[in-house]
Amino acid sequence: MSVNQQAHTGPPYGQPQPGYQGYQQPAYGGQSLPGVPQAQYGAYNGPMPGYQQPVPPQGYFPSLGFPSKGSPVSLNSDTSSLAPNFIGSLRAPPTSGAPPPASGASHPSGPLAYSQFEHGDVQNGIPASAAPVQRPPASQPFLPGSAPTPVIQQYGAPPASVQQLRNHMAGMTIGSTAASAPPPAGLGYGVGPSSYPPTTGAPRPPAMPGPPLPGQTVAAPPSSQPNHVSSPPPPSTMAGLHPGPPMSGLHGPPPPTHPPQPGYPMQQNGSFGQMRGPQPNYGGAYPGAPNYGSPPGPPPPPKRLDPDSIPSPQLNELPPQQKPRHRIDPDAIPSPIQVIEDDRNNRGSEPFVTGVRGQVPPLVTTNFLVKDQGNASPRYIRCTSYNIPCTSDMAKQSQVPLAAVIKPLATLPPEETLPYLVDHGESGPVRCNRCKAYMCPFMQFIEGGRRFQCCFCSCVTEVPPHYFQHLDHTGKRVDFYDRPELSLGSYEFLATVDYCKNNKFPSPPAFIFMIDVSYNAVKSGLVRLICEELKSLLDYLPREGNMEESAIRVGFVTYNKVLHFYNVKSSLAQPQMMVVSDVADMFVPLLDGFLVNVNESRTVIASLLDQIPEMFADTRETETVFAPVIQAGLEALKAAECAGKLFIFHTSLPIAEAPGKLKNRDDRKLINTDKEKTLFQPQTSFYNNLAKDCVAQGCCVDLFLFPNQYLDVATLGVVPYQTGGSIYKYAYFQLETDQYRFLNDLRRDVQKEVGFDAVMRVRTSTGIRATDFFGAFYMSNTTDVEMAGLDCDKTITVEFKHDDKLSEDSGALLQCALLYTSCAGQRRLRIHNLSLNCCTQLADLYRNCETDTLINYLAKFAYRGVLSSPVKTVRDALINQCAQILACYRKNCASPSSAGQLILPECMKLLPVYLNCVLKSDVLQPGPEVTTDDRAYIRQLVTSMDVAETNVFFYPRLLPLTKADVDSDSLPAAIRNSEERLSKGDIYLLENGLNIFVWVGVSVQQGLIQNLFGVSSFSQISNALSTLPVLENPFSKKVRSIVDMLQGQRSRYMKLIVVKQEDKLEMLFKHFLVEDKSLTGGASYVDFLCHMHKEIRQLLS
Amino acid sequence: MCLLLSFQSFCRAMATYLEFIQQNEERDGVRFSWNVWPSSRLEATRMVVPLACLLTPLKERLDLPPVQYEPVLCSRPTCKAVLNPLCQVDYRAKLWACNFCFQRNQFPPAYAGISEVNQPAELMPQFSTIEYIVQRGPQMPLIFLYVVDTCLEEEDLQALKESLQMSLSLLPHDALVGLITFGRMVQVHELSCEGISKSYVFRGTKDLTAKQIQDMLGLSRPAVPMQQGRSLQTPEQPVISSRFLQPVHKIDMNLTDLLGELQRDPWPVTQGKRPLRSTGVALSIAVGLLEGTFPNTGARIMLFTGGPPTQGPGMVVGDELKTPIRSWHDIEKDNARFMKKATKHYETLANRSAANGHCIDIYTCALDQTGLLEMKCCANLTGGHMVMGDSFNTSLFKQTFQRVFSKGYNGEFRMAFGANLDVKTSRELKIAGAIGPCISLNAKGPCVSENELGIGGTSQWKICSLDPSTTLAIYFEVVNQHNAPIPQGGRGAVQFVTQYQHSSTQRRIRVTTIARNWADAQTQLQHIEAAFDQEAAAVLMARLGVYRAESEEGPDVLRWLDRQLIRLCQKFGQYNKDDPISFRLSESFSLYPQFIFHLRRSPFLQVFNNSPDESSYYRHHFARQDLTQSLIMIQPILYAYSFHGPPEPVLLDSSSILPDRILLMDTFFQIVIYLGETIAQWQKAGYQDMPEYENFKHLLQAPLDDAQEILQTRFPMPRYVHTEHGGSQARFLLSKVNPSQTHNNLYAWGQESGAPILTDDVSLQVFMDHLKKLAVSSAS
Repeated sequence: MSVNQQAHTGPPYGQPQPGYQGYQQPAYGGQSLPGVPQAQYGAYNGPMPGYQQPVPPQGYFPSLGFPSKGSPVSLNSDTSSLAPNFIGSLRAPPTSGAPPPASGASHPSGPLAYSQFEHGDVQNGIPASAAPVQRPPASQPFLPGSAPTPVIQQYGAPPASVQQLRNHMAGMTIGSTAASAPPPAGLGYGVGPSSYPPTTGAPRPPAMPGPPLPGQTVAAPPSSQPNHVSSPPPPSTMAGLHPGPPMSGLHGPPPPTHPPQPGYPMQQNGSFGQMRGPQPNYGGAYPGAPNYGSPPGPPPPPKRLDPDSIPSPQLNELPPQQKPRHRIDPDAIPSPIQVIEDDRNNRGSEPFVTGVRGQVPPLVTTNFLVKDQGNASPRYIRCTSYNIPCTSDMAKQSQVPLAAVIKPLATLPPEETLPYLVDHGESGPVRCNRCKAYMCPFMQFIEGGRRFQCCFCSCVTEVPPHYFQHLDHTGKRVDFYDRPELSLGSYEFLATVDYCKNNKFPSPPAFIFMIDVSYNAVKSGLVRLICEELKSLLDYLPREGNMEESAIRVGFVTYNKVLHFYNVKSSLAQPQMMVVSDVADMFVPLLDGFLVNVNESRTVIASLLDQIPEMFADTRETETVFAPVIQAGLEALKAAECAGKLFIFHTSLPIAEAPGKLKNRDDRKLINTDKEKTLFQPQTSFYNNLAKDCVAQGCCVDLFLFPNQYLDVATLGVVPYQTGGSIYKYAYFQLETDQYRFLNDLRRDVQKEVGFDAVMRVRTSTGIRATDFFGAFYMSNTTDVEMAGLDCDKTITVEFKHDDKLSEDSGALLQCALLYTSCAGQRRLRIHNLSLNCCTQLADLYRNCETDTLINYLAKFAYRGVLSSPVKTVRDALINQCAQILACYRKNCASPSSAGQLILPECMKLLPVYLNCVLKSDVLQPGPEVTTDDRAYIRQLVTSMDVAETNVFFYPRLLPLTKADVDSDSLPAAIRNSEERLSKGDIYLLENGLNIFVWVGVSVQQGLIQNLFGVSSFSQISNALSTLPVLENPFSKKVRSIVDMLQGQRSRYMKLIVVKQEDKLEMLFKHFLVEDKSLTGGASYVDFLCHMHKEIRQLLS
Repeated sequence: MCLLLSFQSFCRAMATYLEFIQQNEERDGVRFSWNVWPSSRLEATRMVVPLACLLTPLKERLDLPPVQYEPVLCSRPTCKAVLNPLCQVDYRAKLWACNFCFQRNQFPPAYAGISEVNQPAELMPQFSTIEYIVQRGPQMPLIFLYVVDTCLEEEDLQALKESLQMSLSLLPHDALVGLITFGRMVQVHELSCEGISKSYVFRGTKDLTAKQIQDMLGLSRPAVPMQQGRSLQTPEQPVISSRFLQPVHKIDMNLTDLLGELQRDPWPVTQGKRPLRSTGVALSIAVGLLEGTFPNTGARIMLFTGGPPTQGPGMVVGDELKTPIRSWHDIEKDNARFMKKATKHYETLANRSAANGHCIDIYTCALDQTGLLEMKCCANLTGGHMVMGDSFNTSLFKQTFQRVFSKGYNGEFRMAFGANLDVKTSRELKIAGAIGPCISLNAKGPCVSENELGIGGTSQWKICSLDPSTTLAIYFEVVNQHNAPIPQGGRGAVQFVTQYQHSSTQRRIRVTTIARNWADAQTQLQHIEAAFDQEAAAVLMARLGVYRAESEEGPDVLRWLDRQLIRLCQKFGQYNKDDPISFRLSESFSLYPQFIFHLRRSPFLQVFNNSPDESSYYRHHFARQDLTQSLIMIQPILYAYSFHGPPEPVLLDSSSILPDRILLMDTFFQIVIYLGETIAQWQKAGYQDMPEYENFKHLLQAPLDDAQEILQTRFPMPRYVHTEHGGSQARFLLSKVNPSQTHNNLYAWGQESGAPILTDDVSLQVFMDHLKKLAVSSAS
């Protein structure tokens, strides 16, 4: 929370820009809602000032130096030292800075071509104008200096305080931890957060005496960074091992060091310490300082666990020695909820402007707008760190993976502009001669604009005559704002024929629906359901822009042991069915009439969809084939010479005699053995080869599974996975309960934006290189990610490694180029550019990390690892890597402190809890009720998830429904995923992206039950509910709207399960209370933290 | 005196023999090369022309009502001859002696009332041919499976569709029909579905076994052989097969619609390519489908194709248009890369099909070759029709196809199925083989000769489909040793037993028993000579020649034929050694050399100027037509129409081509009407339209009417050519007539006696001169 927020504070960088301010003041202010504005305002400004100001003015330096916890800190610290340079450099690329003024001038006359664009510019322009006002004229060029100053002044005070607070807090905490630790031993752990809030002190009753808490946090030596959770190593062991330090850490050191900062805590507390308190506190606290507003909220993130105090009972390793075992107060350990909440409050209100290099964007859980000013929106790219070590040694030392999570076709909120489409005519996009990078804002024009120097490889390339444009006095092209590729982070090029397969412009893609009509599918009513749905769904095929009708053609196939193709040519009086029994050697029996335009063949299609269920109503065929189905689709697309997508609805293990025939090899006995990996591997390499063929043709496969038993998702999923498709699984599909979910998924899957025949390449500045890729795709070489289809939900995680040095000055650039065929058959290139900072100080790295992204990467890395290594090895490697990351931080960035303190970087304070969730996930630690198919399914699912999805998947969102305010449309504040947090008298909702649980406590008021379920008592609530009854009362409405809203946020429709407390289903529910010890042996958060601490200490010693 | 007497008797004999031959043919449908048989093997071989006969098993006989009972068989297991008028019957003992094996047999109980005055039909002499209707096995409806090429031009396809739709109304009411279409893929249409038309599709490039096909069509239930498991099969069998083969009365609407919606093969054919046509697989599937569902039932697979198979098993030519389809030249140079494989494929199919009693018709219409050479065995071995035309949109095809379903005098379809011909001979004879649309059933028996002529080594053949004109040549060998004289008055006998499925689906058996006198060639040569049937002999020799031509080099066959002719002339000619002028042949041989002359020039033995497909086509028809038609094929008939007299047959000679004549030539495959130079000029001048020249109009009309008459009855429809002097189509006539006048022999030059033919071919006169020279030469 706070951590993140702080991290986000990073953006403040951006704010300094004139545009920003201008923005806020005029436009924003005006627009903003009355109530909100101020806060937002504040938030906005807050960060900015906070940023820069803090550094210099407050002399935080010391603490800053240690960018102890918060990224904010780091920012500050950076600022102090780097800021100038930094900013300087940033602005240097007059790009961002220049815009406003220049734009202001030029825009008016702006070329019509990019009308929209212009618009954008205009906006910029305005701010620009505004900027001047606020800032010294000098600022125009974006001189950081200028910006900062004013900022500082304005907000200076508040922010400073905040930050200071934080820092202090941090320091405090740490220190205090230590100090306090002793008393509340147990508390120690919790310390971090709780401590800050002075208020908290009070609230947290038992464990942490008010004072101690703060103390703890602060505790850390002032200099030390707050982030460190001073988790005292589990005393005993730790102590034993490292007698000296730990002990001291536990006791002495903390208190003394930190005392100084107590003052701050007060203010801060709101932010961190209190879990719940925060908000209110905030409100209270900030109002005073408008500027601050919510933003300042930046909770002093420090978290430290006091190892000393820790002696958590659970940890075996922590045999509390001297001290009585203290339970660690769960409230005292870094809370995801808090972090999320803080970030939301701090950064949710202002747009995130991407102009500045290396800004850490707001958390994925925060709603924010993005303004593209030269870097790709975080919706497209998120990085594990926005500050990359200059050398590989540093990178190795820190062990922080450098990765970007890229979602090239991400859906943007309606308020944001889609990437502009640039058409350079027949000559195609302008590219670097050597590395072939595409023209982007970072390219440097020289020699009066006749040539440009590549920002990736430094090669100098002639500017083609038709692209020539003069430079202005700042060295910028005069048409800078007219050209998206010069001023934006994301844009598209219209590809020329050279970018097309066989040098032929592609035909519009096709969708082929392939329906299993074996006995199971027919009996369950699935076939009828699909056919009914398709009738209406076909009117909603994706369209390009403003086209009247979709260019996509459709085809239909049904199958059991044989395949049935349908000719639905518009000229036919009735559809024709063509049976292909030769499954050993699949082919497409018809050409004309198989793929048709929906509108033209409407009546024939309707007639077909009416008849399919009838035709197979009496089928007795139970066996199915699978590979031939894909082959059929593939062949059909080949014959039609187009790319496309297959929607396969499949019910059973394909055991019929045919290529790709599978056998049931499910064997739970393999779990936890060296052979467990085979469960994740495909049975046969047949599907890999098939996938390869599919990719070559641009045939993407989406698979809907309706298994009643094992059907080997690991194998069936190979093709969908490697072609960039999706798998949906509805185990024990029942029409009544699952149809809504299935239909929603289907609708969304059919309608969503998708590109075909895609190739993605990531180019980077010299010095780093994309070395590894995770996601649903196929790679035939080491650089190109090939996807037969790529939809707006698919994410690719790319890992970078150093192959040379980077320089702080030039930073590191990424350019992700995606060549794809749009749904209308247009060949396009989508380019995303992102500039990152480089650092020579590890502290900078740790200050600019994003834990959510890190977890996304780690999970994908681990999930791929299970294919080749025993699960235990994978788990150990994960733990080890995280321990190293944290240990490195502790060693190099944290101020000296007792080894007994667990000190976490502010940006990574949630790393342990999230990592624990990953470790406890079904793939890495399956419970007895988790089937092999589930694991394979989840494994593949996670591999193409974006950061937001992994975030909620691993740490589900738990909302107390009964606390919801029925009159507002806001969500109730989330609570932490622990049974302790549940109250018998409340109803909760838990969602993880796949499921929604509605948990009903045993002593919930009858009225509520009546309102929500329409039954009179707890016992009458049915377990079988798959939707909430529609009742006309505010509570029901509210809950349903919450559910709808959540559903709307996810790419898949979540299964709703009603769980009654103490009912048998509750076991399932508890599985998702990830902070608790799980039944399958997964550690609780507290235990894991202790374990982590132990590992760190071992590494440090 | 003696000489005179013998001459008189000879003349009498001639007259009698001609009558005798004609009678026999009309009654029994049999024409023997020799009607008096040489009594020993040695003598028989010296006769040059083998003892053989042309048998028309189902010759239409208005006066032959079938009897409604089973034939009485000889009880000797190796004989099983049918009781016939030649058997000796002991009425009192109710015994009969088999005239082939001399086994004495008891009459069955039903014959208890038999006596000299109360004879069953089969004992009456006029019933040397008799037909039984037997109640054996279930009556299976006839099956018609259309296999339709969709790689046609739009116009062709449309015409074909119409023909097919029309044919539905011609089919027997309860016949089962099925439809397979093919182009790049092969589709087996399921005919019973409402609301959606359903078909099973097969790749056109992959050969499938019958088992695979049946599995893929969902017909996997073990096929029950029709003949045996009477009780097992009935209820379920029709259900299974009904998906693809439906009674025509039930689904003719459906099928008509289906045919109507039939589209051209949709797969794109790029410039310079032939459409991909999977004829081989389509046929294979058709055969497999019937094999699995209706073995041993009368069924017709009717293949309609408009081009050569270009892919998969049975492909005849690649799809590159720049590579032309094989010619005779390529074949001689061993340059036809697909031919052997394709032929093998179709042979396999033909054999499978024949084994199950199903026949395959090939209707091919295209301007270029379509692979008949490779596919010919499908029709040849199964008794199917082969029709070759230029387009489905011609009356040639349309009427021919219509005629397939023509009905006989009693309203029955002129087609029969699944015939099984069993030949029995008396001891002095053995069976050397048969040539015709049949396959061997490999029935080895005592009367099977070791020397094979045609399809030999058996005494039984299967003819999957036959019509009243289907004629087989059956060759015999006299095995009686020279020193084992046949008792005076002894007769050799042959019995033909043809079991078949009548178009009414009845099982019938037609039995023909004939006998001929033996004669000692040394003492009674003139009898043998007089009883020579030169027409039959010419056709029988021609069949042998054509049969050989299928496997041997053309020149070898001609040489063989010539040698046979020379030997015959040597044997039966009257001449002085080395004096060609003295050479004479008796009347019963007089026409024979001329037949052979024309045979040598015929497309059956000459491939020059014919494509391999055409050769196959001509040979196919030659091997199955009856004697009259065969003779027309060998030596076309030429009629002349002029103001000088009534229409008259004239010599097939260039001298017959006169300016003031209209000629009508019938070559069986073509009907040519040729207007002489003057006539053509008159016609151009429009005299026929002038009332005062009405006679000219009538003259012009006369050949047309006659041609029409021929066209009405001929199957397949001949190509109808109407041309005139100097017309390009006149080549049809000019290539057939004996080139007695050519640019080389000027003796008739400038005379009004005919048209010179520009050819280097020898004329009949030259041929005869050589023949005489060689015959009389003592050197040979």
